[in-house]
Amino acid sequence: MNSMKSERANRRMMTRLSIFAVAMFGFGFLLVPFYEKICEVTGVNNLIKPAAAVENTQIDKSRWVTLEFDSNAHGLEWDFKPVQRSVRVHPGEMIQIEYDVRNNSANAIVGQAIPSYGPKHAAPYVKKLECFCFKQQPLQAGEGKRMPVQFVIDSALPADVNTITLSYTFFEVKGAAMPKAGGQG
Amino acid sequence: MDAAHAQSHDHSHDDHGHKPSGIMRWVKSTNHKDIGTMYLWFSFCMFLVGGVMALIIRSELFQPGLQIVRPDFFNSMTTYHGLIMVFGAIMPAFVGFANWLIPMQIGAPDMAFPRMNNLSFWLLPPAALLLIAAQFMPGGGAGVGWTMYAPLSTQAGPAMDLTIFAVHTLGISSIMGSINIITTILNMRAPGLTLMKMPLFCWTWLITAYLLVAVMPVLAGAVTMTLTDRHFGTHFFNAAGGGDPVLYQHIFWFFGHPEVYIIAIPAFGVVSQVIPAFSRKPLFGYASMVYATASIAILSFMVWAHHMYTSGMPVEAQLYFMYATALIAVPTGVKVFNWVATMWKGSLTFETPMLFSLGFLFLFTLGGFTGLVLSITPVDVQLHDTYYVVAHFHYVMVAGALFSAFAGIYFWLPKWTGKMYNETLGKWHFWLSLVFFNVTFFVQHFLGLAGMPRRIPDYALQFAEFNMISSIGAFGFGLSQLLFLYIVIKCITSGEKAPDKPWEGADSLEWTHLPTPAPWHSFETPPVIK
Repeated sequence: MNSMKSERANRRMMTRLSIFAVAMFGFGFLLVPFYEKICEVTGVNNLIKPAAAVENTQIDKSRWVTLEFDSNAHGLEWDFKPVQRSVRVHPGEMIQIEYDVRNNSANAIVGQAIPSYGPKHAAPYVKKLECFCFKQQPLQAGEGKRMPVQFVIDSALPADVNTITLSYTFFEVKGAAMPKAGGQG
Repeated sequence: MDAAHAQSHDHSHDDHGHKPSGIMRWVKSTNHKDIGTMYLWFSFCMFLVGGVMALIIRSELFQPGLQIVRPDFFNSMTTYHGLIMVFGAIMPAFVGFANWLIPMQIGAPDMAFPRMNNLSFWLLPPAALLLIAAQFMPGGGAGVGWTMYAPLSTQAGPAMDLTIFAVHTLGISSIMGSINIITTILNMRAPGLTLMKMPLFCWTWLITAYLLVAVMPVLAGAVTMTLTDRHFGTHFFNAAGGGDPVLYQHIFWFFGHPEVYIIAIPAFGVVSQVIPAFSRKPLFGYASMVYATASIAILSFMVWAHHMYTSGMPVEAQLYFMYATALIAVPTGVKVFNWVATMWKGSLTFETPMLFSLGFLFLFTLGGFTGLVLSITPVDVQLHDTYYVVAHFHYVMVAGALFSAFAGIYFWLPKWTGKMYNETLGKWHFWLSLVFFNVTFFVQHFLGLAGMPRRIPDYALQFAEFNMISSIGAFGFGLSQLLFLYIVIKCITSGEKAPDKPWEGADSLEWTHLPTPAPWHSFETPPVIK
């Protein structure tokens, strides 16, 4: 009698703890959207989203910043390079530059470009308004494209930063749907 | 002692005829003592496997340049040395202690779910085989580090998949074991044994088991994401698909930091049994020990990002994690001072278990101090991924957890086997381990401060002397552990008969209410605790 009762109590405890363990497994996955939200709110990681409206459009004619452009294709048979290697600009100035990309492989491929900045802490001051990295880029076999990037360097850029390197890397997006064009899928 | 014998006679009729013989006794075992024994032997085997891997690492690092192994094999060794020691050696060792001791210390006949207990153990050998088989996969073992960071782990060879499945299996085993331990402790204590009267070892395991149930599923989630990123087109950690490799580090360390305490807290429990016994005084500040352990466990969920200061965090987050980490030193300090106060004015004797506990106390505290150094963000940015970190966590893992496991084994070996180990050899084992441990790891602090990076098979010439010293120490330490194996086997086969209570100051139920060796079935009628 007594042992029956304690056995039932044990089973109840096991059920509760198992539910807790399964919930914690779910919690691990919940950390994914949670992390994205935190990065978005704190502005740590919004690399491939347009910048919020640029507030201070005052052009700071008193200083020059050199922007260097770099490009990589990670494991892709793509030619990818900037039209200009570097530009000299004033903070606050609206700048547009272009990159050329060509798919040299025999297959249609969807790519996604990810930007990175050197020095790292300059990243928040490069306000991208228009960028090919905001969306996935499908390229048919042999297709080439010229793609613009439009941005403003925030005038609040720390005074010790004179050169910013903006580097893009194209990655293949496996399993992304290819828009029907030219009859190739 | 009379009561103890009366008890054993009461149950002697049960002992006969029920104990299956041969290998099936072990394969189908539902007896907490047999399962505890299997856990301990399994963990010792894994300790030797992981130890051989460590010696391969130290052989390569004996001299600068590449002499013995290829770099990818070296990376695989650092990876599996870590995984096997953490998941195969230390954790199962303390689960073995839990199986043996918790039912006896709370006056329960067995664990709450004996069949699940059997399954928890028998999941371990397949997981270990997966980890070892990974070495023979095309491309060799996955040299991704025991932390299995993306993007390296999402790009590694097929060995990574075996490793992921091994981690899943080990996780399921740990979760089932923990559910068993929590249920046993909360539901099956002898009448009158309130939670605050339990031996501290049971308390530390109760808290550890809750930690395990909370974080092992998170690790399972992290490696599941790695697996689906590798094979099923998801992009959790893949930058191209909008994921982020740094996310992996956050999820991993959300598990990983509590994991550090999952290893350390049962070690605290063992030491909290041993030090009072050889001081012949009750543990100083029992209640504060319980609360300190619980505080450490809760704080461990809030400090994970101190492992990743260099991954690029807002400075506010760095400050928070720095202060929160330093805060853990407070409850840990409470524990250390309580152990010291327990010895204060005690009638101390220094048998092997006490020596290992004192070794634990000194070296764990030293490891705690280097941890405090590493918690400071600007210092950590300098020392991150250097040998200073390697030295730090080996002080808390080896001199902390492993030494306390040795203390526990020498302490309870008479109760388990009914025979005494050889005290002289035990002391030799302690002093050899202590000296060689420090020869191996103390110099690594200097290497780290001088900038030697970890997980790299070659190094700059100025690090040569310290690395040679460290490698000599490692071989000494490894060989000393064979002495331990000899002592245990000699104790089992030809030890002198042990009295029911060989340690004068020991006062928990397994010493006061049970004969030596502990009968196969104990406490079928619960003792009454006043």
